[in-house]
Amino acid sequence: MELLQNHIILLALTFGIFYAARQLQKWTGWIVLNPILVTIILLIALLKLTGISYETYQHAGSYIEFWLKPAIVALGVPLYQHLGQIRRQFLPIFLSQLAGCLVGLVSVVLIAKVMGASRETIISLAPKSVTTPIAMEVCQAMGGIPSLTAAIVVTVGLFGAVFGFKVLEVWHIRNPYSQGLSIGTASHAVGTSRAMEKGETYGAYASLGLILNGLLTALLAPIVLKIIGI
Amino acid sequence: MIRQCFIIFGCLALGELVVWLTGITIPSSIIGMLLLAALLQMKVIKLEWVKGMSDFLISNMGFFFVPPGVALMLYLDLIKAEFLPIAVATVVSTVLVLIVTGWTHQKIKVKDDK
Repeated sequence: MELLQNHIILLALTFGIFYAARQLQKWTGWIVLNPILVTIILLIALLKLTGISYETYQHAGSYIEFWLKPAIVALGVPLYQHLGQIRRQFLPIFLSQLAGCLVGLVSVVLIAKVMGASRETIISLAPKSVTTPIAMEVCQAMGGIPSLTAAIVVTVGLFGAVFGFKVLEVWHIRNPYSQGLSIGTASHAVGTSRAMEKGETYGAYASLGLILNGLLTALLAPIVLKIIGI
Repeated sequence: MIRQCFIIFGCLALGELVVWLTGITIPSSIIGMLLLAALLQMKVIKLEWVKGMSDFLISNMGFFFVPPGVALMLYLDLIKAEFLPIAVATVVSTVLVLIVTGWTHQKIKVKDDK
């Protein structure tokens, strides 16, 4: 087991499992077998079975996680390519973002509070829809547990990526721009990467949702939590 | 390749600089993204100078979320203890955000821009 603690081996395993999971999804065509989700579950199982600590894995994982920030910067490209369209649609985009952001914050906090979650958990849940770096920042500033937020954020992203388009179809939200925007608002970069697979337009609107909800949540979360009395 | 990396990391570095100078709570990566879009719009940067690198990063973005997701294993006990509130709040609220955002946008979007 000593050998498994080597970070090169852990990196190779992460790449290998992700590749296998992606092939599995291609063969089966099942959306639920999201490769990110499958890889996370398999890695946790593997680490638990072999008794390797998260800290040991994190050493290897940090090389991968590092690319998250440059990837978010790269979203500036699709954003630029759709700038003209976005400018014409500014008011509808802004208003639907504001509605989505407020509903998201208020609903998650109220439901968790009514169901008896602890204060730390409620604060860690509040920024669940926005991209990890923003969510962790917001959580930290309000006194939650940032790494719990990171884990919840990824789970929410996966939920949006796997079920998001289904939910929208059921509610007759069929416009590609509305769909993209909504996926990015609810499930940040994980949802955006799913939207990118559907098409560049979905992706550009999703990245817009990701940015705007990130900014709005950073601004509004402390105020909403104060009003609700957390 | 080097130029592509320089542009992406340059924008990120400027984002870090803005955060450091102003102390705002917006992450450097979001500032970097807005900066990259602005520089492309102002024609300071040509699209083909970043296209390859940005396509690579965007199409593999999901993979970069694996390590933060593995952090879930640290909170299995907390999640087990408060499973119901966490699960219900997360799922219901995420569905609400999807519906409210999508529905509002579909209702009020500018008509001629289909």
